[in-house]
Parts: sequence; structure tokens; C-alpha cells
Amino acid sequence: MYNNPLIKDPYQQLDDYIDGLPYKKENLITILHHAQELFGYLPDKVQWHIAQKLDIPSAKVYGVVSFYSFFTMKPRGQHVANVCMGTACFVRGSEKLQQEIESQLGIKTGQTTEDQLFSLDSVRCIGACGLAPVMTVDGKVHGRLDNAEDVKQALAKYRPETMREA
Amino acid sequence: MDIQLTINDISLSVPEGMSILDAARTVNIDIPTLCYLNLHEMRMNNHIASCRVCVVEVEGRRNLAPACSTPVFNGMVVKTDTLRAIQGRRTMVELLLSDHPKSCLTCAKNLDCDLQSLAADLGVRNITYEGEESEFEIDKSSLAIIRDPNKCIRCRRCETMCNDVQTVGVYSAVGRGFETVVKTAFDLPQHDTSCTFCGQCVAVCPTGALMELDQVDKVWKALNDPTRYVIVETAPAVRVALGEGFGLEPGTIVTGKMVAALRRLGFDRVFDTEFGADVTIIEEATELIHRIEHGRRLPILTSCCPAWVKFFEHQFPDLLDIPSTCKSPHEMLGVLSKSYYADTYGIDPKKITVVSIMPCIAKKYEAARPELGKDPVTPDVDIVITTRELSRMIREAGIHFDHLKEENFDHPLGESTGAAVVFGATGGVIEAALRTAYEWLTGKPLENVEFESLRGMDGIKEAVIPIGERDFRIAVTHGLGNARTILEKIQSGKSHYDAIEIMACPGGCIGGGGQPYHHGNLEILQARASAIYQEDRSKPLRKSHENPAVLKLYNEFIGEPYGEKAHQLLHTSFTQRRKI
Repeated sequence: MYNNPLIKDPYQQLDDYIDGLPYKKENLITILHHAQELFGYLPDKVQWHIAQKLDIPSAKVYGVVSFYSFFTMKPRGQHVANVCMGTACFVRGSEKLQQEIESQLGIKTGQTTEDQLFSLDSVRCIGACGLAPVMTVDGKVHGRLDNAEDVKQALAKYRPETMREA
Repeated sequence: MDIQLTINDISLSVPEGMSILDAARTVNIDIPTLCYLNLHEMRMNNHIASCRVCVVEVEGRRNLAPACSTPVFNGMVVKTDTLRAIQGRRTMVELLLSDHPKSCLTCAKNLDCDLQSLAADLGVRNITYEGEESEFEIDKSSLAIIRDPNKCIRCRRCETMCNDVQTVGVYSAVGRGFETVVKTAFDLPQHDTSCTFCGQCVAVCPTGALMELDQVDKVWKALNDPTRYVIVETAPAVRVALGEGFGLEPGTIVTGKMVAALRRLGFDRVFDTEFGADVTIIEEATELIHRIEHGRRLPILTSCCPAWVKFFEHQFPDLLDIPSTCKSPHEMLGVLSKSYYADTYGIDPKKITVVSIMPCIAKKYEAARPELGKDPVTPDVDIVITTRELSRMIREAGIHFDHLKEENFDHPLGESTGAAVVFGATGGVIEAALRTAYEWLTGKPLENVEFESLRGMDGIKEAVIPIGERDFRIAVTHGLGNARTILEKIQSGKSHYDAIEIMACPGGCIGGGGQPYHHGNLEILQARASAIYQEDRSKPLRKSHENPAVLKLYNEFIGEPYGEKAHQLLHTSFTQRRKI
């Protein structure tokens, strides 16, 4: 994204955003949210940049980023799949679903595929208990995933056309 | 406003807002603590209640209350010694121990560990909880501090010290839940952070999670190598604290016994860092006068403290031209041992090993700085050990310290004045410099050499000292947070001092990170400071420029103070470093 010359350097965008805030140090979490939107994740370099900009120790920024599971320090895939591990989904076999997705993508939960297409995570209840077990991809719900073929079809929608047959 | 409460059926009246812990102490009831640490004079108060060891029963409250962070209220009824409270505390310690290495016997903190003594006091006899144990890598990257997160109990005293008092911010709690651990930014090796190695984190760590790099064996090796000529030097603050390691009262002066012990250990020469301190004053006072006469930038900042030096290199790289370029006293003594002394007595400098005994952990890092030592005498100082390490060596050697007869330092690098002694306490370096600068600038003898306004534990001390026609505006500060306040004023042009002394550790070197542990009792620091001033008063000579051995050094070897040879041997340079 930031190789596009039409889009402003994300560091510049981040600095502009921080400059516009009335309180800076007090807004660390909001700033981190914004940075993650801009960069897709929060690598050390971005965290260090924020620490210098706010004149706070990098360790403090790192402590906050490591505390909240929303923040990620690893690059995410183009699509983020989340398996619901809430009670209803769990009873209906979300553990099996998770294993199936892991095997189809060839990664463990918390990881990203080598081609950077998918990241896999788990979430607590998303309120779609009627459709259990449930997976979301980029926020879109895919329900009643109780066999391997359904999982394959759901994931295929996010693969580029050339790859779908494979 | 005062409120009424009862603790263990004792009625008392205390100010509103006081913690149960402090209220109980007013009626001589001690509640055990672990993470809690209130160092009021340093402005450090760690009361995050993470360990829950201080729990007590409060009538009407469902769960046990942590006494360190629960404020009292009117009509409160507290019980500190009920079965439930006692068992609650014991359970907390058991839980802490369930995820703590059981290697006390081989731990460097053995017998000086707060967790260990707490477990003993609370009568923990077995650990009923068996569960997962953390496994972290030990950070041995730095040349000064060893960090073993496996021994960390997440009390976060180090973090509070580093953030609130020193404003360096090396540590943060990272992760959450069971995986939480106190770490550096991005898990960087400590060596690659902005850490100043002041060692105040080590001074407050209740366990062995933070320790100095142990270099005792290197010293033993040098002493046992017949080809080495081993010279030892000791800092002023060591002689007023070493006795504590042998059960003597804090503030006991053990200079003579320490010298005797060092000789028994087998050092070839026992020299005094104070000689280096006297030389520092000659150089620094000359540098100050040079700056005034040539209209150069003021204030001059002292540069004796290696943690402070690293602090400004990281935090104020735009101010690198104002600190004095003088090496620290032990480095001066080191380089003079390998040049002047070696020349005079015909010893091959390559065969000399210089060991510094310091109250300081950062000196270990400083000695390894590449610019501090030029061929053929590199490095200036070979090995640095702390006061604590020396007291261990003396015990290892089986020396009955208390029964030693007092002995004197060796000539010539063992001669010193009272001005050099006061280097050990906050305000001392400037006081020593003023004793010399006054006489040099006015040509008159200084009658009262004691500058009371520069002494004491206040964080920032200021004084205007008239010398001849000129009023000298002096500031003295200790603790890096206070240093930051002063430097920010200089940066913004809001202050116009002529000279500033800065020491990284609260209290100065007497409160150094390598001194015997104070376990939160700051009266120990005050006793050490009093001893420093007592030692100063006992010296026949109290001004650095009156030290006959120093005068001889300049006449025979160095030549002009702040001259060419002085620059070559006694001055150094600083490096811009990145802030992490």
C-alpha cells in the first residue's frame, strides 16, 4: 500500500494524526489503533517512532502493545479468519473446525500463511450462536461449518481466481 | 483531617487517606510486605499491590485487603493477625514460590533476598501448588547488569525506579496473565537499550532477578597469576559501607581495615581512587577557569558518574559540549598507575592489572568503554568489582575483617585530601572543586571549607557562592530524574548556572547500585554520608591542590594541568547515542 506514490508516507500520516491530537501521551492507545490501521501491524520500528514522537520510553509502548490482543506485532495476511470459540460454537465443535482450517491453510492459530493471504485467529462469542460453529473472514460470517468441504468453499472465496482450482 | 480506626483492637487516630500499612506502623504493628517500597526521599513509591503479601482482614469487607494500597476510613476495624490473614499471606508466598527457581543455595542473592526472608518469616514449609514454571532466557548482554526474568516476581520495583526516579524507562511489564514479565523494549538485549547501568533497579530488586555482573573470579585469577602486577584502588564511598557486610553499624569508617584486607588478599599495591579524585579537581577546576577566561559555554557539568554520562549521551545528545571532558577518578587512577607509576618504578605497564572497588555497577560498563585506554596501557582499568563483591572476596578468603589492624594506602597513588573523600556524597565534587577554585581565583586561603548548602538529600540544591568579584551559580543534583529537570531548563535557556554536579544515584555514590543492600532503609544512606564528612574532617589536608603527591605528579610527569599530556591521559570524549 505504502509503495503507492499517490498515498502519503504512512509515517507522515501518523505524525499528522498525532499532531492533530490535543493530548498526545494520554492518547497512546488511540494512536496505536491508528498506526495499526495505517501499517497493518505494529512492528518495532513503528512503536519506536511513536515513542520518540510522544517522548515516552519505547518499553512503555511495547508494554501496551503486548498487553492487548487486538494489537499485532506481526504482519497480517490479506484476509483475517477468526474461529469463534464461544460456548455455543465450542459445543458444536469449533475445536474441530479450528483444526480443519489450520490443516487447510497449513498454519497454526495466530500465524499467517507464507503467501500472506490468510491470518488465522480465534475470538470469543460473536453473537452468531444460531449458526454455530462459526468462522468470520474480514468480519463476514460463515456459519454451520461442520465439514471439510464447506470450510474449503468458504476459504476459496478469498483466494484469487487463478488459485481457486488448486 | 484525622479519622478513627482500630487495628488489632488498638484504637488510633491517623490522617485520612493514610494506608492501613502506614497506620499500623504508627502503633508498632508490622505487616509483611514484598512488592511495596516507599523511598520517600527519592520520590519512589511502589504500592501496586501486585504481590498481595500484605493482606489483612477489614470488618465488613468480603475479601482480604492489601494493606499497602488500602486507605483507612473512619470507623474501620482492621485485623492483621487472624488465622485467615496469616494463611492468606502464606498462600500468596507459596504461589510466588511455585513459579520461582528453588536454587536459593546457588543464587547470588542467597541470604540477602527479600522473598527468601519472607518465606522464612511466614513459616512456609512446603509448596502445595505445583504448576507451570516460566522459562525465560537470562540476559547477559550487558557488561554490568545480569537480568534473570525467571527469578522475577513481577513486583515492578525496578520499573518504578527506572521510570519515576531515573526517568530512563528501560523496563516495562510485557504480555499479560501468567506470561507477564518485566522486560526491555522489543526484548532488546539490555546492552542495546538506553540503560545507564546505574544499578538502582538492582538496589531495589527483592530477589536475584537483577544482579551485577560478577567479576570476582577474574580478580582471583589475576591475583593468582605470578606474572601480573595487580593494583587495586577503592572509591571513597566503599570505606563507609563495606563494614555493613560484616555486621558493623552503617556509617562505620573502615578505611584502615579495608586496606589491610586488600593487602591480605594479595594485591601488589593498594592505591586510592581519592588520589584520582584530587587529580580530577585539578583538571576540572582548571577547565572551569579556562572556560570562563575564554568565554566558552557554561555551565560545566561534572563527568565523574558513568551512568550520568550515558544518560546524557542518550537523552541530551545536543548538550555533549557542556560536560567536563575529565575522565572519572578511578579511570584517572588506572591510567596513572599504568603510566606514571609504571614509569617511575620501572614496571612494564602491560603486566599491570588495575582492579577498581566501586560502590557502582555502571563503572563495570565504563571500564569497558573503548575510548578509556590507549596503547600501550589499554584499558585504563581492567576489572571493576562492587562493594558487595569485595565483601564476598574477604569472606571467601577467611579474613576476620573486624579483627584486622588498620593499615595505610601505598605511596604515591594512595595519598589524598578531604576534598577527595567528599566525592562519595552528593554535592561533594562541586564542594571539592570550589575549595580549589576559590583559592586559585582569589589567591587567598579559604577558611571555611565546608559548603553546607551543597550537602544533604534534597533532590536539587542551588547556591550562589561569591568568589572574588564573581558570583558562582551552582546546582547540585542526584537521581537522573532531577538531572533531567535541570538539563531541560538548560536546553530551554531558562537557567544560567556556572557549574552543576550530577550523580545518577540518589544520595550520590554512597547510595550506589553496588553498595550493600539498604532494603528500603534510607537512614543507612544518611549514616554513610555523615561518615564521609567525618572522614573529610579527620584529614590534615582538605584541598586537592595541597596534595603533595598530586603536585609531584604534575611537576614530574603531567606538566601543565589541562595541558597536552593531561588531555592525552586524563580527558575523554562522549558519543551521541540513540534513545530507545
